[in-house]
Amino acid sequence: MIEIKQLSKKYKGTDYFSVSNLDLYISKKEIFGLLGPNGAGKTTIISLLCSLIKPTSGSFSIDGLTYKKNNKQLKQLIGIVPQEYALYPTLTAFENLMYFGSMYGLKGNELKLKINSALQNLGLTQFSNKKIETFSGGMKRRINLIASILHDPKVLFLDEPSVGVDVQSKNVIINYLKELNEKGTTIIYTSHHLNEAESFCTKVAIIDHGKIITQGTPKDLINNQKNANNLEDVFLALTGIALRDHA
Amino acid sequence: MHKLLASAYKEFLLLTRDIGGISILFIMPLVLIVTITLIQDSSFQSVTETKIPILLVDNDNGSVSETILKGLDDSNIFEVIKIENEEDAQNLVFKGANQLAIIIPKDLSSDLEKKINQNVEGILSKFGIDEEKNQQKEIFIAKEVKLYFDPATQFAFKNSVKNEIDKMISKIETQSIYNAFQKQITDDPTEVIFETENFISFKEILPKNDDEIIIPNSVQHNVPAWTLFAIFFIIVPLSINIVKEKSQGTFVRLRTNPVSYLTVLGGKTVVYLGVCLIQFILMLLIGVYLFPAIGLPTLNVSGKLPLLFIVAFFAGLAAIGLGLLLGTLAKTPEQSAPFGATFVVILAALGGVWVPVFVMPQFMQTLSNISPMNWGLNAFYDVFLRNSSLIEIVPEITLLFLFFIVTTLIAIVYNEKKNAV
Repeated sequence: MIEIKQLSKKYKGTDYFSVSNLDLYISKKEIFGLLGPNGAGKTTIISLLCSLIKPTSGSFSIDGLTYKKNNKQLKQLIGIVPQEYALYPTLTAFENLMYFGSMYGLKGNELKLKINSALQNLGLTQFSNKKIETFSGGMKRRINLIASILHDPKVLFLDEPSVGVDVQSKNVIINYLKELNEKGTTIIYTSHHLNEAESFCTKVAIIDHGKIITQGTPKDLINNQKNANNLEDVFLALTGIALRDHA
Repeated sequence: MHKLLASAYKEFLLLTRDIGGISILFIMPLVLIVTITLIQDSSFQSVTETKIPILLVDNDNGSVSETILKGLDDSNIFEVIKIENEEDAQNLVFKGANQLAIIIPKDLSSDLEKKINQNVEGILSKFGIDEEKNQQKEIFIAKEVKLYFDPATQFAFKNSVKNEIDKMISKIETQSIYNAFQKQITDDPTEVIFETENFISFKEILPKNDDEIIIPNSVQHNVPAWTLFAIFFIIVPLSINIVKEKSQGTFVRLRTNPVSYLTVLGGKTVVYLGVCLIQFILMLLIGVYLFPAIGLPTLNVSGKLPLLFIVAFFAGLAAIGLGLLLGTLAKTPEQSAPFGATFVVILAALGGVWVPVFVMPQFMQTLSNISPMNWGLNAFYDVFLRNSSLIEIVPEITLLFLFFIVTTLIAIVYNEKKNAV
């Protein structure tokens, strides 16, 4: 489904690679977790795969398509839930979703039905005509997610989708993502919540300094690491306990 | 097309949700145009109705100073205050208490009379009319009427006063020459030998529209100039709108959507062009209905509306092109807003909104030719004041349209290059 070959990214003005010679294969219908400390390169990988930034070297394809050759097709194929709330604060939830749905070529009743169904699934029907600026963080996260899945993407990228939300919202989001996955959507997601990743992902890759340290199913990774009871133990054992503050 | 319409609708919603912002967009240009026209009209009235107090030091006390005094009184512009001392007059003017002091030199009348008499006698003796007197010619030192101006006085005012006084002095000199000849030729002062009335006069011929004379007034000049200024100010909210999309993350989402930057900009163009045209309509309404109600001349738009809308449409496009480019290049509203506002003022200055292009230095005149505001202003003046047809404004509106195309293309190419994958 997603095939990454020797992908590297070095930002201007830095003397290190944020992503270095990355080789990765993500199968269809996978829920793939990209885990790593701050600055490990998770968001950079997602940004590269969503065509938001240009790779320094290497290549990748999604469902056999590349941005250079199949830009529009590929964009129609993927959905991205960015880390920030990429919504218009003064528009209502419904207006935001109508607009972003239209950008995928959806229109009329088909679009309205999709929006209403998603709003219902994520518990936001009664707020559809309220402005985004009045929403809580958890509500914004859910609208942020709906705006990315209206066109039924084959691949969904989520960058920290549950950051800053309450447990209830997180629960609703994760359950909805599982439903999407069951319907055939491949999910690639980054998170700092290792417990969440352990139960949610079918496969994870732990990344540090732009490189994959290890990858596999959460269960295998825990079993293969000495004295590890959960994914967090594996993570700390592989990435260390030193702080990763950076500016 | 569907994506373009959706984008335009979204822009419309964003704009209408910001009631304060949209009010400023429509009300401030109206306040601007009313204020500017009132100021210009009242300053014109102050010149004709309110007299400017000026100082006069009369060291001559003769016929010339009397004529100057009469000329100043008759001009209805000045209120002459006579004082004795030149130094006092100079101090008062240089401190700004008065705009102008005129110092008439001692013996101006008597020396002028003597000099002219001497010249006239010389001329007549050459013709054998008067017997040549073998006396030695007296040498007269040229007299100077001194003018002191307040340093804060504007150049245009100084120039017009200088011209007025120069005209007065020339008239006195001519009159004195006629008088000297009269005295030499006849002893009867009532006998008319010379017609001293001006032989050459001038008359301003005004353009006509269907035999109706077009009389330009301050409103006909102000409305097009300041309307254009207001239309170009659209670049500030438009560029901020684009920068805000980048900072709030929606632009990132749009970049991952199968929609081109051209479509995104197209939606903005449609809505902001609508704003420009509404601004234009409001300004015309103000000119036609409000101005006469507050004592200003009425804006005459009869028979010109279609052409005026064509000019406003293309001027709006040019302004929007600039706004799209600025919004694409800027990274923060702090960059786009001050730059946009200052740039519009520069374009207005270059375009001739404040100072007519023909009085600018040659280099600035050349620079003015590349200002879209100059093209727009010329097109508006062509329609408002020169009674031009569509064919005659085609060059200007073509330039405005090309400006829109070029700026929008640069914005798209820049965006594509920056975000190429």
